[in-house]
Amino acid sequence: MKYRQAYFDEPLLFEKFDGETEPLPEGLVPKALERKSLELPNIPENDVVRHFVRLSEMSFGIDTGFYPLGSCTMKYNPKFTEELAALPEASRIHPCQDESTVQGALRLMYELQQMLRSIAGMDAVTLQPAAGAAGEFTGLLLAKAYHEDRGEQRTQVIVPDTAHGTNFASAAMAGYEVVEIPSKEGLVDLDALKTALNSKTLAFMLTNPNTLGIFEPEILEIADTVHDSGALIYYDGANLNAIMGKTSPGRMNFDIVHFNLHKTFATPHGGGGPGAGPVGVKEPLESYLPVPAIRQDGNEFKLDYDKPKTIGKVHSWYGNFGMFVRAYAYILRMGGDGLTKASERAVLNANYLRFRLQKVLDLPYQELRKHEFVLSCAKLKERGLRAADVAKRLMDFGFHPPTVYFPHLVDEALMIEPTETESKETLDSFADAIDEILAESPDVLKSAPHNTAVSRVDEVLAARNPILSWRMWQEQKKAGGEKPQ
Amino acid sequence: MLDALGIASVDELFKDIPESVRINGLTLPAGISEAEVVAKVRKVLGANKTPEKLPSFLGAGIYDHFIPAAVRAIQSRSEFYTSYTPYQPEISQGVLQALFEYQSMMCELTGMDAANTSMYDWATALGEAALMAHRIHGGKEFVVGRAMGRERLQVLRSYASGVGLKIKMVEFDANTGQLDLDMLKSQVGPDTCGVYFENPNFFGVFEEKVDEIRSLVPSVLVVGANPLSLAITKPPGEYGADIVIGEGQGLGNPPSYGGPLLGVFAVKKEHIRAMPGRIIGMTNDAKGKRAFCMTLQTREQHIRRQKATSNICTNEALVSIASTAYIAVLGGRGLRKLAVENMTAARDLARNINHLRRFKAPMFKSAHFNEFTVRSKIPYSRVHRELLRRGLHGGLSLEDRFPELGHVALFATTDVHGENERERIIKALGAIE
Ligand SMILES: Cc1ncc(COP(=O)(O)O)c(C=O)c1O
Repeated sequence: MKYRQAYFDEPLLFEKFDGETEPLPEGLVPKALERKSLELPNIPENDVVRHFVRLSEMSFGIDTGFYPLGSCTMKYNPKFTEELAALPEASRIHPCQDESTVQGALRLMYELQQMLRSIAGMDAVTLQPAAGAAGEFTGLLLAKAYHEDRGEQRTQVIVPDTAHGTNFASAAMAGYEVVEIPSKEGLVDLDALKTALNSKTLAFMLTNPNTLGIFEPEILEIADTVHDSGALIYYDGANLNAIMGKTSPGRMNFDIVHFNLHKTFATPHGGGGPGAGPVGVKEPLESYLPVPAIRQDGNEFKLDYDKPKTIGKVHSWYGNFGMFVRAYAYILRMGGDGLTKASERAVLNANYLRFRLQKVLDLPYQELRKHEFVLSCAKLKERGLRAADVAKRLMDFGFHPPTVYFPHLVDEALMIEPTETESKETLDSFADAIDEILAESPDVLKSAPHNTAVSRVDEVLAARNPILSWRMWQEQKKAGGEKPQ
Repeated sequence: MLDALGIASVDELFKDIPESVRINGLTLPAGISEAEVVAKVRKVLGANKTPEKLPSFLGAGIYDHFIPAAVRAIQSRSEFYTSYTPYQPEISQGVLQALFEYQSMMCELTGMDAANTSMYDWATALGEAALMAHRIHGGKEFVVGRAMGRERLQVLRSYASGVGLKIKMVEFDANTGQLDLDMLKSQVGPDTCGVYFENPNFFGVFEEKVDEIRSLVPSVLVVGANPLSLAITKPPGEYGADIVIGEGQGLGNPPSYGGPLLGVFAVKKEHIRAMPGRIIGMTNDAKGKRAFCMTLQTREQHIRRQKATSNICTNEALVSIASTAYIAVLGGRGLRKLAVENMTAARDLARNINHLRRFKAPMFKSAHFNEFTVRSKIPYSRVHRELLRRGLHGGLSLEDRFPELGHVALFATTDVHGENERERIIKALGAIE
């Protein structure tokens, strides 16, 4: 399938601005605070709708085409879960409502916690963190509270070089020094880990399978080694889609785990969010979980703020409830058997695509992968090409590109995660496209994409000369500064 | 596919998972049909009481406004909602332009130059603002007005704990409900990296002495605002704010039991490189056409890792897009009209409640936006129960949050209330013995 994305020379809403701000009624707003003018557009609804429909046509979602963005688990987002989340009984309830009037919401959250507990093999779950990174931050605050409760001040968090950027950043935000350890053959180097571990180590953060898609077979030794030093081991749940029903973070002796409901449990990514990043812990950490906890008392559900050891709160209310409704419905639909099959199919799809693509691009490290794999485009450098060129050209074939340049230890990385919801035909057409692209002349790739709304975007100019709002742009135009048009 | 891989079953693809960590499937019940799931989830959620059945006067940062159908239609375009973060700009121009428009609208409302595409919510926006103030100024103390949501304060403490920021409180004036400026003076010192106050504050009260507050703050000034109120009140940028944050949920998004929300985060130009979160910039494509892309990414975790300005990755982009659509559908004039109507309705409701024998509203002598304090002569928990019995949900009790205020609750009213709901609450309150 060749692809041609729509293009509209669509003005900014602000370019349709018409002046006139009406004066405020006398004596309503205190004089010192009165606002005289508000320069927001006034446009007929019909034109607003057209504007956004055109913008949507210059966008690309899972519903548009294959989206093998590694580490992001872009699986199909079932439509019925959208309908459920939009019901007034889900969307119009207020977080401060009397508990007796939101028993449905509390039950749903309670049961979702139980489901996640059981999938991950953990003892307790909080739904509060709003995304994976917020889950990491929460998890580290839990680890900190746990150690401090034992009179220990620990100052370091260990992270492997394959880890996602958020692991490093979350550790820093929680106030810890980050110690990065190198991998060996794409796996945790136990010796390097042992050298890095000491009485100052708060936690070791790991995802398994790791970001190369390789399962860490020595996981129990790794966990034991971490525990021997008194530290905790944290599971980045971004890759949970590979292992459901086969193993679990709990079984692998992880102490803390976050889930990405917007990856594993099929809630949509919304052009960047919202997501949801619940956190599960083993029993010794339960008392530190954020408030409120949800308790079941006979047939009634209650919010419990009476947790003297809690770390407090990481979100205004209970987390992204709209995502809980979707994930809950998805898990019910799939069931235990369906989730296990989802992982099996995700791994099968990834290995099939890996098998097809390793013939044409390099696959560093071992062959067998879980739900994703990372190819290197390093050998294309001799033709003057980079991973980004392949990625950009893929768009012309109607595919969203894979993740590029991550994980860092693979040179010119293309990180590919097909997910379980894709057919063999789709995988084959993607592999065919890569075959075709690699046979094309380098110029075609370097000037790609050709069939998207715009051609290659000048990101360097954007950073050198930041125009971040209509207001900044108007100022620049007045000052006669650099482009854009 | 199994044949191509030369294997007999998928089990072989899991042989790298050692027996010692294996589990044999999940203990969850088996899957059920879509129809069955829909029936089950509807049944579970059916136990919730929506404002249709139980008109509610809750606010406290989360507001149930009427949402025009066009907003949901726009937000439901699946090219938007099933896409990921727009890392690849060429194929994502629509999402990028919509987010640039969101940033532009937030800048206009707040009087700032730049905005990010969202934080998780108001509370985490506050946490991030405090960390940013610390990055800019270096000081180890962050001063906040006490007339703020308890939840925000708790989240702020979580965010501040990492770098060891000390949170210092400034009381409100018992008479006006506004910031106690003498206390502000005494709390601010050389180690104060920033000061935060809300306008309108948690009591719905407008802080009027904004220029005086600015003059007392030698470092970063962070203002929290209900974005709707900014349609009719002076943008904080005009009184010298460095960072403006707020809760954007009310702009076209339902309360959803408190999430997803929308953390608004806007700053002055000189601070853009210290900002957290995704930012969209305007640029050109290779052929000179106007184009948009994520920019200043060297601040972010995927590039800067532990030196990043924040750990945020997934944010609330779709909520931002819905808010953009909402503001566009209402238009600047419509937004202003809505703000005027909500404020007027709240003022009138407060007056009517104030006429009742057992109540005083508002208890503070200040102008207020769409919510206000109600003081009762009897414990508010009793009032609350009586209202529930009459099929109404009253405001949020402040008895445990601000015990010194006595039997006080915070009532909000919005455009989802007609005269009918407002008359009912006045009558019900009047009938309480
Ligand atoms: C491996 C990994 N860890 C953590 C995260 C962060 O999750 P989120 O984007 O939900 O904050 C991601 C998301 O991209 C990821 O791929």
